[in-house]
Amino acid sequence: MSREQLSFVRSHMLPEAPPPTAETGAIKWLRENLFSSPANTLLTLVSAYVIFKIVMGAAPWFINGIWDSPSLTACREILGGKVGGCFAVLTERWNQLLFGFKYPPELYWRPTLAFVLLFVAVAPVLFIKYLPRKLLVFTGLYPFIAFWLIWGGPIATPVFALLGVLVGIFVYFRLLRTSAGVAVIAGFLAALVFWILSGYLKAPFDGFLAMEAVASRDMGGFMINLMLGVVCVSLSLPIGILLALGRQSSMPIIKWICVVFIEFIRGVPLITLLFVANVVLAYFLPPGTNFDLILRVIIMITMFSSAYIAEVIRGGLAALPRGQYEAADSLGLDYAQSMQLIILPQALKISIPGIVNVAVGLFKDTTLVSVISMFDIVGMIRGPILASPEWNGVYWEVFGFACVLFFITCYGISQYSQWLERQLQTDHR
Amino acid sequence: MTTMTDPPRASFQLSSLIYDTRYRSYTFQFIALVLLMLLIGYLGMNLIQNLASQGQDISYRFLGEPSNYDINQRPIEYDSRSTHLRASIVGVLNTLIVAFLGCITATLFGVTAGILRLSPNWLVRKLMAIYVEAFRNVPVLIWILIIFTIMTAVMPAPNQFRGEDASASMLFDSFAFTNRGVYTPAPIWGPGSLVVVLVFLASIFGVFYYRHYATKLLYDTGRLLPMGWPSLVILFVPTILIYFIMGRPISLDYPELRGFNFGGGLHIRGSLIALWFALAIYTGAFIAENVRAGIQAVSRGQTEAAASLGLRPRRIMNLVILPQALRVIIPPLISQYLNLTKNSSLAIAVGYMDVTGTLGGITLNQTGRAIESVLLLMLFYLTISLSISAVMNVYNNSIKLKER
Amino acid sequence: MKRTVFLGTLTVAGLAAGASAAATLDDVKARGKLNCGVTTGLVGFAAPDANGVWEGFDVAVCRAVAAAVLGDASAVEFVPTTGKTRFTALASGEIDMLARNTTWTFSRDTDLKFDFVGVNYYDGQGFLVPKSLGVSSAKELDGATVCIQTGTTTELNLADFFRANNISYEPVPIETNAEGQQQYLAGACDTYTTDASGLASTRAAFENPGDHVILPEIISKEPLGPLVRHGDNDWGDIVRWTLNALISAEELGVTSANVAELGSAPGGNPEINRLLGTEGDLGAMVGLDNDWAKRAIAAVGNYGEVFEKNIGEKTPIGLARGLNAQWTDGGILYSPPFR
Repeated sequence: MSREQLSFVRSHMLPEAPPPTAETGAIKWLRENLFSSPANTLLTLVSAYVIFKIVMGAAPWFINGIWDSPSLTACREILGGKVGGCFAVLTERWNQLLFGFKYPPELYWRPTLAFVLLFVAVAPVLFIKYLPRKLLVFTGLYPFIAFWLIWGGPIATPVFALLGVLVGIFVYFRLLRTSAGVAVIAGFLAALVFWILSGYLKAPFDGFLAMEAVASRDMGGFMINLMLGVVCVSLSLPIGILLALGRQSSMPIIKWICVVFIEFIRGVPLITLLFVANVVLAYFLPPGTNFDLILRVIIMITMFSSAYIAEVIRGGLAALPRGQYEAADSLGLDYAQSMQLIILPQALKISIPGIVNVAVGLFKDTTLVSVISMFDIVGMIRGPILASPEWNGVYWEVFGFACVLFFITCYGISQYSQWLERQLQTDHR
Repeated sequence: MTTMTDPPRASFQLSSLIYDTRYRSYTFQFIALVLLMLLIGYLGMNLIQNLASQGQDISYRFLGEPSNYDINQRPIEYDSRSTHLRASIVGVLNTLIVAFLGCITATLFGVTAGILRLSPNWLVRKLMAIYVEAFRNVPVLIWILIIFTIMTAVMPAPNQFRGEDASASMLFDSFAFTNRGVYTPAPIWGPGSLVVVLVFLASIFGVFYYRHYATKLLYDTGRLLPMGWPSLVILFVPTILIYFIMGRPISLDYPELRGFNFGGGLHIRGSLIALWFALAIYTGAFIAENVRAGIQAVSRGQTEAAASLGLRPRRIMNLVILPQALRVIIPPLISQYLNLTKNSSLAIAVGYMDVTGTLGGITLNQTGRAIESVLLLMLFYLTISLSISAVMNVYNNSIKLKER
Repeated sequence: MKRTVFLGTLTVAGLAAGASAAATLDDVKARGKLNCGVTTGLVGFAAPDANGVWEGFDVAVCRAVAAAVLGDASAVEFVPTTGKTRFTALASGEIDMLARNTTWTFSRDTDLKFDFVGVNYYDGQGFLVPKSLGVSSAKELDGATVCIQTGTTTELNLADFFRANNISYEPVPIETNAEGQQQYLAGACDTYTTDASGLASTRAAFENPGDHVILPEIISKEPLGPLVRHGDNDWGDIVRWTLNALISAEELGVTSANVAELGSAPGGNPEINRLLGTEGDLGAMVGLDNDWAKRAIAAVGNYGEVFEKNIGEKTPIGLARGLNAQWTDGGILYSPPFR
């Protein structure tokens, strides 16, 4: 035996042994994640039992579901005592759930098209990094197109509204050099004057490219929730920014107007504001004027959400380091420039999660309009569908459907906002 | 203004109201004020005109008139001869009841779910994530209606408890879950029960005192007294002793079937339960997120530092993580409470007689005094919100980190 | 961007809105549509069918007025209102008339400043109970749970009735008829109370209507009728006399089938001639043409036809004429003469 063979140091590596079975693959994962301690095991078993119960309860209900039947009694007959859902109510009342019961069926393509275009219009804003900026022009045009598609009527109405906006923007940019505040006010006034004048000019174009007009009160179903959500969020963003800036302003009167407005709106439940829209607002308008309930509701919900958005943006403004304001001042930028170029872009970025939260909350709150006898999706379910002799007694299917619609929309929005937050992260971690 | 630059008065022109930044803010404020006045004046004029043309007026006299309607849940004495004012107060109390119950339950749900979302157990974590996402992303109104439907359509009617072959039975012979609500035993306060209650209150103080004393002893001498079981002993033993010494003055009134309904006991109505649980579960999902965010906001270094000091995991949680997490959790928690209180106005969807149901509902309908009622209603919610915000501000200031 | 659309709409809406305070008739004519307030859905009285077309007893009144004023029974915009919103909708001018089984009461007529133009259904509040409850009189309902629609006079009647009889009850307030139905069927309340006609309509929608009975006690007077704003008497006259025309038509034997024939030339009965405008100038007196009543009757039929078609004994609702028969048949329907 040579000395080499007696060396204490291993001369070659042992082959890598596989880890013990308890430390690999699924078993390891199970051990670490589900059964790491007695308490954990108990929790796992309890949760598994809960899931099992839910699945066992719901599975036959889905599997035996009836998708085609004229009424609940017929559906129950088909089921013949078995557990099963009568999803036929969804197929039979599909259009009512989505469009309400009075929107002319032959015109369903219009709101549907508007809905599809919504994605086209929002995409450039949502994915601003990936899509060409020129597409934003379509986003700007979208409100007018959507208005025309959903409400119909002569094309002159949205066109003149658009022209009014353009006039306002033109005036704004002409006066921007003087003072941003003056420019905003003047732009606003110019647009207003244009609209009032266009009221007289419009008449000759009334027959031109006119689509069949649909009154707002003929709208209903999930469409109303979407419309209210989209319109009110988009309206309340600029108003919210103005309110937030106003609240931060050094001018005491403007500051106090904003503070009182914001605190008042945030202090009362939305439903009281809807009561105002429904039963009180008429008293504060000139005798004889009377506009759509939907418009009154839009005004109130917009006021509501802009107060919340203002607070979120104020949080963003406050979170910016003082140095940013001072740096902007030291560059010689005036108020409007420093806000537009330095402060707001950063503050809005910080506020995105908050704004999305407000938007999601607002979208969910649009169901409250059912309390003031508007037939949104909840109103449709509680009113015409559950009251009809055919479908009296169907609850889970319709409420479940509403839940699914809202869940998809709200979850989608919040997932997007998380993605956006990651995209906008400019600090290095 | 007078020392540094040229005297502005000398160079003042009308145009400097727009072009001179020194005066511009006055111009804006003046314009804003005028516009506001014009708006208020315009609305006021319209109101006066409208009221005049309809021959109505603004008056709160209706509050003193008999309401003529009944309310099922009456925390205070009330019948149909009582005034509208009293009906409103009943409504206010009902709002406060559901808000109070909802806040407590929501906190329970939220804290449990928030902590479990951080649990090492994968299944539990996912289950809690599903709970949070499902409830956060669906309108609370739909949840209220669903739970109310469960209450009315799934629970047995009282007469199913009746007869020999009853299809439903009471839990422990003392709890009845019916579609009209839940009937539970109610305490009857016999003579001498006051003493028992007082002793119980005293024991609560006793527990606080003991804990205070134990902490002080720990800091002064380093001796660690046990906290858990002595607290329980102090809390319960004297009360139970006194209870038996006084000859069991507090007894329970069990619900039983009488006539059409269950009689006796405490009746928690279906509408209250639906509202209470829907609000609690919904708000709980939000609170869970706040709790999770709060705990995650405490940096890992804190846990590691505490561990390196030799603290045990439970003490790390109690002494290091929670105090720091609470600072982050409490402000959003309070605003969730505020939201819950405001959302309780959805009571109107299930016929729970809160202030929106009485003052903003039946009273408004019966008297036709829309402006007055809605105004009062808003004032009520505004008062609650502003007082909660005031409390929150005081709290925020008291816990503010004293930096720099 | 979108803010401006909204303002644009606002302006357009502001410009488009006329003055409704003065002359409702001119507004309606200018608009080409009658805005009529109805319930959010009560089968037989006013409810949209599967195609969204409104049908019912109250709806017929709206259609008759539209036919009389505009010549087109379909030129009606039905505005669903709840117990809470109906009066504000009328007061604010959002609707021109309200036909929403609304009870004519002193305070509504005077304090709320409305004008009830007549009664199209004499009703009273009743109780619906399951037969299995074994109750034969409302006075046996001591301790019962009562489902009741809020914001209606029924609430007040109920409180008065139980108070007068010194028995207790537990009110369960509900918002809509559909919910009342749901709760009652689930047994969450022992009895459902509302106007007897509404009960019949609700019961008709049940799977087994025979298992439920309406108790004999009628605890209130509920004259239901259309109403308009106080102050515009010309408009009130039109609605009032359109309703009366339907009632008189039944009394005089004018139906939707024979109205064209009877109205083509003056006949033997001068009152029919005046009603249908073949004689005299009644139409001009209310600011319409002379065929107004003819159009109304042709569009919806006379009162009896409307009744039979929507809520009569042959319909699922199955209401007997009872008080609502012509005075000549022992009822209390009594139209003032067309003269």
